[in-house]
Amino acid sequence: MTAQQGIKADNWTVAGRSFTSRLIVGTGKYKSLEENAAAVEASGAEIVTVAVRRVNISDPSQPRLTDFIDPKKVTYLPNTAGCFTADEAIRTLRLAREAGGWNLVKLEVLGEAKTLYPDMRETLRATEVLVKEGFEPMVYCVDDPIAAKQLEEAGAVAIMPLGAPIGSGLGIQNRVTIRLIVEGAGVPVLVDAGVGTASDAAVAMELGCDGVLMNTAIAEAKDPVLMARAMKAAVEAGRLAYLSGRMQKRRYADPSSPLAGLI
Amino acid sequence: MSLDGSLGIRVNGEQRRVPSGVSVAEMVGGLGLDPLRVAVERNLQIVPRSSLGDICVEDGDDYEIVHFVGGG
Repeated sequence: MTAQQGIKADNWTVAGRSFTSRLIVGTGKYKSLEENAAAVEASGAEIVTVAVRRVNISDPSQPRLTDFIDPKKVTYLPNTAGCFTADEAIRTLRLAREAGGWNLVKLEVLGEAKTLYPDMRETLRATEVLVKEGFEPMVYCVDDPIAAKQLEEAGAVAIMPLGAPIGSGLGIQNRVTIRLIVEGAGVPVLVDAGVGTASDAAVAMELGCDGVLMNTAIAEAKDPVLMARAMKAAVEAGRLAYLSGRMQKRRYADPSSPLAGLI
Repeated sequence: MSLDGSLGIRVNGEQRRVPSGVSVAEMVGGLGLDPLRVAVERNLQIVPRSSLGDICVEDGDDYEIVHFVGGG
C-alpha cells in the first residue's frame, strides 16, 4: 500500500456512518451564503453544523442555506445552539428531524451566556431522552473525563469537549484533559470550540482526537476560504503526526549530523 | 372565530388569520412557504410532514415553522 492509499483509508466512523474528512465546520457568522459555501468546499468537510430557526414569514423569499450547501452532498448536523435547557434542546431536535429526517444531531445545552459553558446536568438528561427517541447525539461537553464517560454510557455517539470557550479562538487550553478523554472513550472524540488558527486544529489532532469541529475560526478570518484550506491541511497534518508517533522530547540538544568522520 | 368565519392563529409569534377549513399544508403554503422544506409544530406537537395535508387549522392554534439556517 502506498502512503497515499494509507491516508485515504484513514476514515473515521460515527454512528455507523463513515467519513474521510475529520473536519466538521459550522455555517454561522459568514458574510454571505456564497462565501459560506466556498469555505465549506475549501475545507473539504463532509459534515456541516446547522441551526434550527423560525422561518421569516414576513419575507419567505429570502435565500436559503439549502440552496447553497446541498444536504444531499454534505451531511447536515442540526445543532441546538442557543438552548439553555434539556427541554428546549429536545424540542429543537425533534423539529430538526422533521425538517431533514436525520437522527445524527449535535446536542449542546448551554449553562450561561457569558461563557457558553455546557450545563452537564441538562446535557446528560437531554442525551438520555434523545437516545430513547432514536436520535444519535454527538454531544458538546466539558473537558471532564468522568462526564464524557457518563455521556457515552447514556448513548452519545460522539464526545465533543471544548478546547476553549465557543467563539473565543483561544486554542486548546486543556491538553491534559482532552488526552484523558481520548484515552478513555469508546466513541469518537472531537474538539468542539476553541480553535482559533490552524496550529490549534493540529494540536487537537495530535492529541489523538478523531476530528475537530469549528466555525468562528474560519468564518471570522479575513479570508475565510483561505483559512478553510489551512484548517483542512492542519487537521490532516495533525492526524498524520499522531499516527506517526512523535519523537520523545529531550532536555538538551542531540546533533542530527554524525559526529564520526569530523575533520 | 371572527364574524367572517376566519380563524385567528399564531405563527412564529405573529398573529395571523386564515379561512376556516384550511389544512396545515394550505396554511403553510399560503405564507409563501414550501411545506416540504420546513418543519411544523402545532401547539407544541410536531406535525409529521405526511399529515400536513390532513390536519385542519383550528382557531387559537399556535404554530412554529422552522427551517435550517447557518449555525455553529
